Amino acid sequence: MKMDLHTLGPLVALIALVILGALLNPAFLAPANITNVLARSAFIGMIAVGMTFVITAGGLDLSVGSMAAFLAGITIIAMNAALPGMGENWGTILIGMGVAIAGGIAAGYLNGALITKARIEPFIVTLGTMGIFRSLVTWLADGGTLSLEYGLRTLYRPVYYGGIGWITWPIIVFALVALAGEWIMRHSRFGRHVEAIGSNDRVARYSAIDVNRVRLLTYVLLGLLVGLAVVLYVPRLGSASGSTGVLWELEAIAAVIIGGTALKGGTGRVWGTVVGVLILSLIDNILNLADLVSPYLNGAIQGVIIVLAVVLQREKRTADER
Amino acid sequence: MTVLALRGVSKSFGPIEVLHGVDLALEPGEVHALIGENGAGKSTIMKILGGFLDPTAGEIVLDGQPVRFASGPEAEAQGIVVIHQEFNLAPDLSVAANIFLGREIGRIRIDHAAMRARTQALLDRLHSPIPPGTPIRDLSVPDRQMVEIAKALSRNARVLIMDEPSAVLTHREVGTLYEQIDRLRAEGVAILYCSHRLDEVAHLADRITVLRDGSVVRQALRGELTEDGMAAAMVGRELQDFYPPKGNPSDQPALEVENLTVPGRVHGVSLRLRKGEVLGIAGLVGSGRTELAEGIVGLLPATGDIRVEGRAVAIRDLRDAFAAGLAYLTEDRKEAGLLLNKGLRENLTLATLERFGNWRLDTGAEDAALDRATQDFDIRAPSREMVAGKLSGGNQQKLLLAKTMLPYPQIIIIDEPTRGIDVGTKQQIYAFIRKLADEGRSLIVISSEMTEVIGLADRVLVMREGRLAGQVEGDAMTEDNIVRLAMGVAGEAA
Repeated sequence: MKMDLHTLGPLVALIALVILGALLNPAFLAPANITNVLARSAFIGMIAVGMTFVITAGGLDLSVGSMAAFLAGITIIAMNAALPGMGENWGTILIGMGVAIAGGIAAGYLNGALITKARIEPFIVTLGTMGIFRSLVTWLADGGTLSLEYGLRTLYRPVYYGGIGWITWPIIVFALVALAGEWIMRHSRFGRHVEAIGSNDRVARYSAIDVNRVRLLTYVLLGLLVGLAVVLYVPRLGSASGSTGVLWELEAIAAVIIGGTALKGGTGRVWGTVVGVLILSLIDNILNLADLVSPYLNGAIQGVIIVLAVVLQREKRTADER
Repeated sequence: MTVLALRGVSKSFGPIEVLHGVDLALEPGEVHALIGENGAGKSTIMKILGGFLDPTAGEIVLDGQPVRFASGPEAEAQGIVVIHQEFNLAPDLSVAANIFLGREIGRIRIDHAAMRARTQALLDRLHSPIPPGTPIRDLSVPDRQMVEIAKALSRNARVLIMDEPSAVLTHREVGTLYEQIDRLRAEGVAILYCSHRLDEVAHLADRITVLRDGSVVRQALRGELTEDGMAAAMVGRELQDFYPPKGNPSDQPALEVENLTVPGRVHGVSLRLRKGEVLGIAGLVGSGRTELAEGIVGLLPATGDIRVEGRAVAIRDLRDAFAAGLAYLTEDRKEAGLLLNKGLRENLTLATLERFGNWRLDTGAEDAALDRATQDFDIRAPSREMVAGKLSGGNQQKLLLAKTMLPYPQIIIIDEPTRGIDVGTKQQIYAFIRKLADEGRSLIVISSEMTEVIGLADRVLVMREGRLAGQVEGDAMTEDNIVRLAMGVAGEAA
């Protein structure tokens, strides 16, 4: 497959943003700033990689932001509950991590099972679970904030802030997730099946592919990655509330679309999603560093970028048809 | 006298000229058949006449005046209407709403009553019993075609261009189509009729134009060309032995199906397929042929007993069927057979990916499989990187056949092996099918084309309303006998 300008579009935009950022403020290229941007991208990034699989298979998941908040909530509750028995040690934190990952898998399975077994539209199912997860975490926090006990928070902190040199753990994990995702989409049987289902699920069924199983697995994979994001997110603030992870689902979907994955499914580009996530957080970062435009306009600029990305994709399609 | 004509029309796409100085004249009250192999330039001519393409050289002449159409709608305004193979109807709207789509009667409030009345008048003119208020999705394929014809009439069509109208119809429905065409001809409409079925061209056409490689190679009046003559003109050589010689099936059973029932569609069908046999299944569309096949291979929930080479097998889904050595080639090449927006390699290996790895697919082995398939099945693709949707119909069918054969099945069920493909490729596919049988595989061939079942199969089962209506073999394999069984007409076999 040849690399045309449309495929490379997002990458070109990313490079342009980096150059723009460097010109506007020398502090932009400082390692501390880069680390900051990448670490903040990591949560949405991991979720967006999972979302790429869901969307490529022709699905959608609106619940991931609420799911992250809910998982963060039960993770904190589990660790606080284990504290008296286990003590202030890594054992307790591992329990929390286990709860986040297992909870993510279970939540993804719930979405996937409702979509494939009960045959309800993905939009409807995840709109429903979005409300359910959000409401559950607000209820668990009794309208306020769930906080990790102080001692545990101190112990857990390095998982977000620590790392190898400048590169913190969230960045490392995000990089590994992105590499694995790209490999799976491009070189594995599962990835090929995901693309086939999104492209035409009837052809997939007539090719002896277990369409429901593959579809369910994309949601489970996404749930797992939300769980992983929560494992890295909880040590950042050590708390969760009804406003945790608000709009993450839209940022993740936006990153997937900007990266060149078609919303109707069939073609998945994990590296594109990574570029999409970076574009979104760079815009945010540049607006904060430069005084040209108010950071309050961040959302507007991101919106323009999303629409522009889709327009470029459509031009590519008509060019193909000729 | 001529309504619409092409004079010395050539068309180039980039540096490649695909039409070379074509002359063609459509007379009112005449059915003009345009025939040729895939790629001969038929669709280009249809697109130029219908206003969708501009000629590179030459002119389009309407009522003696040279014209240029900027678009399809502009040609339609002049009374030139194209009925495409894929219908242009909105499935959720009613018949009346579709016919007046974009030209609704009434200003602020749509005058539904007037639209229904006008639609009813059009349908009456076609002697069609379709109620104007029915949504399109509730109509059968031939009824939808009728709506397309009514829509064309509502635009006061003087020239009607029909692209393979009978490809989607069964034997009986084709009869209704012929009646409509006769009626339109009597009303003075000029009809350009493109078809792969030479028997219907011989039956319908007043004038025949044969295209080969973008040039007109033969023009003839009714009765001047036999079917063999047409085929020879199309391929540029004499077609000898269109169907391969019949085989010698052994007596061993390859597949035994007992009392297969697909709820509501197939009722207690039993059949026995011998090793090395090509078994034909005929019947009207809707008689349960496809459902029988899909029930056997587990694509539809079915009850009944299935034995492969004498051993009972349980087939709950297509994977079980594959494991038992069965394969099924769907009739719906574009919607169930191939991923049109994916490459040849991805399509070829999609059903057998587990043989190419799990977490790391061996693309080298996939490419080798594609090389073998292109050779074995003579798939002609300008580039191996192209998407399947850009292949011609014939090459798509060959690719689908290669995909179906990749798991080395011993029993192959092929549903409509040659729908919408040209004569030359048809003959190739018949040869492939016979070769597979001669190699000891066993095949079931489902087809709506009577001559195809008779020419190809060793034995023919006829289905009617979800049941086996009977079986014909040897000299009794005649069109007449099959039609009698398919229609349930009593009477002695001719």
